[in-house]
Amino acid sequence: MSLSREQMAEIVARDIPDGAYVNLGIGQPTMVADFLRPDSGVVLHTENGMLGMGRPATGDEIDPDLTNAGKQPVTELPGASYFHHADSFAMMRGGHLDVCIMGAFQVSAGGDLANWSTGAPDAIPAVGGAMDLAIGAKQVFVMMSLFAKDGRPKLVPECTYPLTGRGCVSRVYTDVATFAVEPDGVRVVETFGISIDELITRVGMPLVPSSFD
Amino acid sequence: MIVSAEDAVSVVKDGDTVLVGGFGMAGMPVDLIDALIEHGAGDLTIVSNNAGNGDTGLAALLAAGRVRKVVCSFPRQSDSWVFDGLYRAGRIELEVVPQGNLAERLRAAGAGIGAFFSPTGVGTPLAEGKESRVIDGREYLLEYPIRGDVALIRAHVADRMGNLVYRKTARNFGPVMATAAAVTIAQVSRIVEVGSLDPEVVVTPAIYVNRIVEVPR
Repeated sequence: MSLSREQMAEIVARDIPDGAYVNLGIGQPTMVADFLRPDSGVVLHTENGMLGMGRPATGDEIDPDLTNAGKQPVTELPGASYFHHADSFAMMRGGHLDVCIMGAFQVSAGGDLANWSTGAPDAIPAVGGAMDLAIGAKQVFVMMSLFAKDGRPKLVPECTYPLTGRGCVSRVYTDVATFAVEPDGVRVVETFGISIDELITRVGMPLVPSSFD
Repeated sequence: MIVSAEDAVSVVKDGDTVLVGGFGMAGMPVDLIDALIEHGAGDLTIVSNNAGNGDTGLAALLAAGRVRKVVCSFPRQSDSWVFDGLYRAGRIELEVVPQGNLAERLRAAGAGIGAFFSPTGVGTPLAEGKESRVIDGREYLLEYPIRGDVALIRAHVADRMGNLVYRKTARNFGPVMATAAAVTIAQVSRIVEVGSLDPEVVVTPAIYVNRIVEVPR
């Protein structure tokens, strides 16, 4: 069985080191927060100027001055701090943020990330903080379905979509397999409901099986 | 120093570059923007993280046809129909800047930095036409400051001198924009007497603030 979005989020959460400072991208990566152990000591960063972000706000907790990067109302945890935008992005660029988790249109064998534009001529370009996060965080984890709706793999030898960052992705979490991007190639860490042979056939590029396979 | 919104924005001239604080609606100085629409200055370049939400604030300024160009990181949102329409009709220019470069270019303007090398955007389409340099084995792009003629920001409390404190994530671009414009106008929820703000918690010192407008929330 391939993984549900919740199961993918649970697996990503498991791989985040205790005590890490982590930025969760908009959309699916936000779900990772639901699976972090309360005692993990993981601190969530949101690029609009906060460390120690808590769960989504509901009811009377909703405060228009307290939102996440997706502009949704959130809560603050004990030990939280606020800072301005230049400081928030200095935290990324300066190599202080341990992990960032983002979605992707494509990831290349060399760890290039494409997640901001499909290059369609009528699309309005919008990048937000994705390029800063991609090159700033010590580790970039990608969460995505491995195959697009038309069946084409999103893990590719070279990205055909415009890049967000070069050689920045270290891990790729998908519904059918988890991959580690390493100097000698893309290693299959774990598979879910698919054989390694079928995986290699469908992805259509060389993959390094895990040593324990 | 303490003026009405109408008087505060009277300094904006046709063709000015106006820095507008806020991330979505958090920290957006909506009353100053409404006053700017009334004031009537046009041909503006607006520098802000987004390009307007819904039909109010920045979106209303765009809809009024006062903006020639938008410099922002993320114009495309579910409720950015005003910008979308103008852009697709070819009636507005857009410069997309990665959010961290936007913040740092504003910071550089306020800090008197001539230009700086940033690693953000290397190898992407946004690197086109930019000077690059390898420093200690890593590639960087040359980025120039963004200066404003006027900054419109929202803070939480000001004292009568213009020292500012902010509230939660509504701080966002306010402190850097305050430093980067010739004239900074802050919309605040409350103005207090000089001496009643703890100097240790002041985020924007009054030296950066020229006019304050009280709009109770």
